Amino acid sequence: MTISVAFSKVCRYYDDIKAVDKVDLSIEEGEFFAMLGPSGSGKTTCLRLIAGFEQPTSGHIEIFGETAEGVPPYQRDVNTVFQDYALFPHMNVLDNVGFGLMIRGIPKDERNHEAEKALQMVRLSGYGARRPSELSGGQRQRVAVARAIANKPRVLLLDEPLGALDLKLREQMQDELKELQKTLGITFIFVTHDQGEALSMADRIAVFNNGKIIQIGTPKDIYQRPETQFVANFVGSSNIVAADFAGLSDRKDRLVSLRPESIKQVDSNGREAIVISRSYMGGSTRLNVENNGVRLNMVIQSNTGLPQDGEKILISWDPEQAHLLSNDQ
Amino acid sequence: MISSAIYAPQRSGSVSVFSDYCWRNPRMFLFLLLLPPVLWLGIIYLGSLFSLLLQSFYSIDEFTGLIKHEFTLKTYRELLHPANLDIVVRTVSMAIIVTIAAAIIAFPIAYYAARYARGKWKVFFYLGVMLPLWSSYLVKIYAWKLILAKEGILNWFLAKLHLTWLLESVLSIPIIGGNSLSVSYIGTCLVFLYVWLPFMILPLQAALERVPVKLLEASSDLGSKSQQTFRHVLLPLAMPGLIAGSIFTFSLTLGDYIIPQIIGSSRLFIGQAVYSHQGIAGNIPLAAAFSIVPIIIMAFYLWMAKRQGAFDVL
Repeated sequence: MTISVAFSKVCRYYDDIKAVDKVDLSIEEGEFFAMLGPSGSGKTTCLRLIAGFEQPTSGHIEIFGETAEGVPPYQRDVNTVFQDYALFPHMNVLDNVGFGLMIRGIPKDERNHEAEKALQMVRLSGYGARRPSELSGGQRQRVAVARAIANKPRVLLLDEPLGALDLKLREQMQDELKELQKTLGITFIFVTHDQGEALSMADRIAVFNNGKIIQIGTPKDIYQRPETQFVANFVGSSNIVAADFAGLSDRKDRLVSLRPESIKQVDSNGREAIVISRSYMGGSTRLNVENNGVRLNMVIQSNTGLPQDGEKILISWDPEQAHLLSNDQ
Repeated sequence: MISSAIYAPQRSGSVSVFSDYCWRNPRMFLFLLLLPPVLWLGIIYLGSLFSLLLQSFYSIDEFTGLIKHEFTLKTYRELLHPANLDIVVRTVSMAIIVTIAAAIIAFPIAYYAARYARGKWKVFFYLGVMLPLWSSYLVKIYAWKLILAKEGILNWFLAKLHLTWLLESVLSIPIIGGNSLSVSYIGTCLVFLYVWLPFMILPLQAALERVPVKLLEASSDLGSKSQQTFRHVLLPLAMPGLIAGSIFTFSLTLGDYIIPQIIGSSRLFIGQAVYSHQGIAGNIPLAAAFSIVPIIIMAFYLWMAKRQGAFDVL
């Protein structure tokens, strides 16, 4: 496997703010890689370092084995889908998509043909004559993607591309982007603060916090085996409890993460818990229960008999499902 | 009784009654707001413009010096007389050169102010651009006359640098040269440029400020070098500001009659021609015809700019 983007000990400081702090990364060609983290965690700065809009304060970046430091954005085989799309308002959709080709001096006919092909890939054929201001948010998003892929980059960077779309459209675009990545077979690097988006789309996820990568792994790894309390809380929701409470009695000093869906309501042989509150979420219902003074979140199917607030129920979980967390944040 | 507690009690007093009335009748409120400016623009401003237009269709009787109040194109024919046409061409050429030079000088300044200046540097920029506007126009022009004169500071400075030959070779160029900068077209142009520059910088800066940095990054991301980004993204997006600024510099130069009188060769510009025809000669129709020229040129300029799509981003 070829490595498309590699970071070694990359730092980016703004005065004394460490936006990116000693990040090591290695992204394979053809991978759908997500950078996940809260705002200000350094994920967007990492993306900008790859695009070439920022230069690292220290450390080393390689793109397809070549040193990236000092290479201007216009010489990189990398294109970006910007957060708020950054479409050129004075050009129509076709000229926007064909912009990169125009800059490279490709004649108008061929350029328009290529641009139309890119528009077809994002299911916007026939929209070429419109202005970006005449499009809906979802359509603009597609134009931004088409504009970036029309250049045939080897790495596509996507900066929170779905952030401004409503839920239904976002889910649809997630599927489409995933499909597009498979068709093109190029590396997608995707920045998001939405853990659901990262879990559903990415081959691998890097979880960022305070400029550092906390954990890298497949979505399953990250979800089932979060290494720290931060990851356990940020990716999905989690009950952070003492290890001996969860049933791992030999690790008294440590904390574990117990996912809400790991806790089951049982008829017998369970721990007694009082239902504090419920929130109905359609197919499932989230319960907040208390057992031995510890509050726990759990999820049950809505089509079973729902317990009332204040009712005593029996709960149980497999201690194997509790995942031991490291002591640092 | 319960409902009465929900609302504040009905207010009395004419101001309150009036503001309640305006709230209920927003169209009436808008009408009242617009009435004074519409009256001003419509009657006083446009009215005087039309009476000017009307005047230009009258003519003057050469023998009596009285205005004949009957429609004729005689005055316009007079305008096309070589001596008068010369004035028009001279003024328009000067306005074009001043406008282009102002755009070239103003762009980097405006770009710096819009993109990079923050906090106190921004204040410094605004002060620097506006400060010249606070002092008297005449004082500035006379100051320039002293700077550009043969015995002036510029000559003295160039002499110190042993560059007098350079100035002399520039001044020996026919038409635009002259005895010294203060009596040449170059001098006139320099002073016009100085006086109108703020009117180019400010709209340009406002337009550049509205160009998101993201667009410049996107252009660079798609393969543009700086000059390509400038040509394909920055310049088209700054065009409304550039047009607004050029309207100022162009029309102000077309209409000014003080600068060419104090600095430059003694040949007339449109403003001076208007001044002398309506004042000394009492030839108001010809003065009016002269002042129609800038109006037509500006209308044509705006129409061209619109056709070229300069306002598409607005």
